Amino acid sequence: MADEKVEFELVSPAKLLLSEAVEMVVVPGGEGDFGVMPGHTPLLSTVRPGTIDIWGDGKVQSRLFVEGGFAEVTAERCTVLAEAARPLDEISRDQADERLQRANETMMAAETDGERRGAERELRAAEAMVAAVESREKDKH
Amino acid sequence: MPNLKDLRVRISSVKSTQKITSAMKMVAASKLRRAQGAVEAARPYAERMERMTKSLAKAVGTGEGAPKLLAGRGKDDVHLLVVVTSDRGLCGGFNGSIVREARRRVHALELDGKTVKILCVGRKARDGLKRDYKRLIIDTIENVGRSGINFEEADVLGRRIRSMFEEEEFDVCTMIYNRFQSAIAQIVTVQQVIPLSIEVDAKDVAEEEEETLMPANLRPVYEYEPSEEDILSALLPRNLSVQLFRAYLESFASEQGARMTAMDNATRNAGEMIDDLTMTYNRTRQAYITKELIEIISGAEAL
Repeated sequence: MADEKVEFELVSPAKLLLSEAVEMVVVPGGEGDFGVMPGHTPLLSTVRPGTIDIWGDGKVQSRLFVEGGFAEVTAERCTVLAEAARPLDEISRDQADERLQRANETMMAAETDGERRGAERELRAAEAMVAAVESREKDKH
Repeated sequence: MPNLKDLRVRISSVKSTQKITSAMKMVAASKLRRAQGAVEAARPYAERMERMTKSLAKAVGTGEGAPKLLAGRGKDDVHLLVVVTSDRGLCGGFNGSIVREARRRVHALELDGKTVKILCVGRKARDGLKRDYKRLIIDTIENVGRSGINFEEADVLGRRIRSMFEEEEFDVCTMIYNRFQSAIAQIVTVQQVIPLSIEVDAKDVAEEEEETLMPANLRPVYEYEPSEEDILSALLPRNLSVQLFRAYLESFASEQGARMTAMDNATRNAGEMIDDLTMTYNRTRQAYITKELIEIISGAEAL
């Protein structure tokens, strides 16, 4: 069982970002995180902004920040359609903070319903980014 | 007898035109390669998106309470046409064929008594349509893909179309764009995006039959989290932007392909013209020389 792997694919609109066999991947689903291992029940889920953890050898191998999207899980593969994704290590604390601040400002300035909805989404993504960076820093200490 | 100086001037002007067209051909070729790469790279996302949308749409059905983006509003009085062309010309029939198709559509729809609105992507769509249908054009989006096509551009338009739909400014939205087939062939494609038409083509049916042959425990029966309806209503707006993005990419690649072919022809024609002109020039020059020699000889004989 231990050497069985699940095909993990991370796709953004512009290109296939990642396609590799992993032991387990933890996806931030719309209704809570879920881990995918080989033989998972077929599942379609929304993905909220957060980090995808790729596990191997009993520990987290790499972490990726995604801005939401959708996930399709079958017994042998897990496909995440992300709106945008980048390795968590590439995001600096300052970037995340700056984005949150900007998102807050846009939120304040929003006047119409449509603008507010857009700003809210951006705000949630920014908050998730800051949270992700914070959790990374905690791991290091 | 033609003037030698005029011929020289013409030859050099055709030569410099040829330099320009061959440079444009090179540029288009390299852009085409990149654009083709982008189309290829975007394919996995679009394919998976399509698969998910299809399976969800089947699960939810188009009955009452289905999302409006999927099932429509039950009427088709106001049509929105998104006409995707390029900003620049010199690419053969690329823009012309799109404009022609758009004009044909508008004409047919108006005959049916529908209201038509046109959203132009690319300056050439507006240029081509404004003479007859200026009153229908609501806006033109320019400078698409100036620095390479990115998803945000398509998403901005997608959001705008969505909010227009929510405010009931139109009932049916159709895109007209060039689908890239090869550098020589672009196919004018008309695609309805709202309400989403889920085509069931022969291939799908065959696949489905194959699926039903599979034992039930191998066929994926998805669980949904949250419910089908919720995922679908999150997925559909996204799907619209993805379709637009795809149309942008296809159109951009087609444009480069069309320009490359057009410039290749232009370069060849210029080459032929230069050959002809050089031949005439040489003949004329020889004729002048002969004429002068005859004059000298007959002058000498007269003495």
